Amino acid sequence: MARVAVTLPSSAKRGEVIEIRTLAQHAMENGFRHTQTGELIARDIITKFSCSYNGVEIFRAELHPAIAANPLITFTTVAAESGTLEFRWTGDNGYVASYSAQITVA
Amino acid sequence: MRIASLLLLVAACAPVHAGDIPLAERRSGYEFMGRETRAMQDDEATSPALFWLLDGETLWKRPDGASPTACVSCHGDARDSMKGVATRYPRVVGGKLVNLEQRINACRVERQKAAPFAYESKELLALSAYVARQSRGLPIAIEADAANQRYLDAGRARFEARQGQLNLACAQCHDDNWGKSLAGTPIPQAHPTGYPLYRLEWQSMGSLERRLRNCMIGVRAEPYAYGAPEMVELELYLMWRARGMKLETPAVRP
Repeated sequence: MARVAVTLPSSAKRGEVIEIRTLAQHAMENGFRHTQTGELIARDIITKFSCSYNGVEIFRAELHPAIAANPLITFTTVAAESGTLEFRWTGDNGYVASYSAQITVA
Repeated sequence: MRIASLLLLVAACAPVHAGDIPLAERRSGYEFMGRETRAMQDDEATSPALFWLLDGETLWKRPDGASPTACVSCHGDARDSMKGVATRYPRVVGGKLVNLEQRINACRVERQKAAPFAYESKELLALSAYVARQSRGLPIAIEADAANQRYLDAGRARFEARQGQLNLACAQCHDDNWGKSLAGTPIPQAHPTGYPLYRLEWQSMGSLERRLRNCMIGVRAEPYAYGAPEMVELELYLMWRARGMKLETPAVRP
């Protein structure tokens, strides 16, 4: 199982800007490197990340080979209503990781 | 003429380096890093080393070997039993100097009846990081004593001896010229305060031995093998040299 870590506040005031920090465990093998015997190491990266807030997509990113291992993606959103945030990473070789978090907005 | 040649002789016999860094002037590699890299280390929730810690916690609880036992079956909660342990390694166990990784592997072979983890394997890095994490914030507690004195002396001799095609001793950079620049990057004092650590250049976690081999290759010397006695002696000297400084494991370094 691919490990991910997400940091966000569990509660916020309505209208408040909240910061969400996500980290995914992944080697992000860029596909340009060779082994000691000269064979090309196949590309193996995360290609997409998305976050939805109560079913509505609020953030999406496309990832490319130049991005470092264990990519950290930080973004902000406005705390509009209580509910669920769903995070999803997909990539090469069928890589899928997901995480969901609850937020209470008062 | 005679005086001139005598002076030359004196210069040739002078020690390689000026002397040890005074205890109060010692600085962790952390202080030589940029703002962003410091922020990465400070925030444990977004430090990539987090994944190795989580893997280490899993390994701590997973039964393994012929017995089969888990670390937790004997040692209990690592947060209590492993607190401060990493500050005392390398140490002499049964007449042999061993580092933390070797101690973990000895436990695996002797108690769990399991195969030892390979050096730099994900498992060994995860478990040693998890154990060392329990000492984060505690001062390094290596003291010279009758048991480790000869290893400590050997380690110091190796630190101060010139080596490789560039003919440089560790001390020439890290004792004499710390704080200056080498190809645009600052030369730190080489205190092993945060191992195993996440190095951005490696895109991964790595041990102190991996870092030492890096430097040896840098001066074009033949690096010692992982786990070689020479390597562990050098580790002991470096830990003693950093005695009293706080452990930062898992640190982040550029």
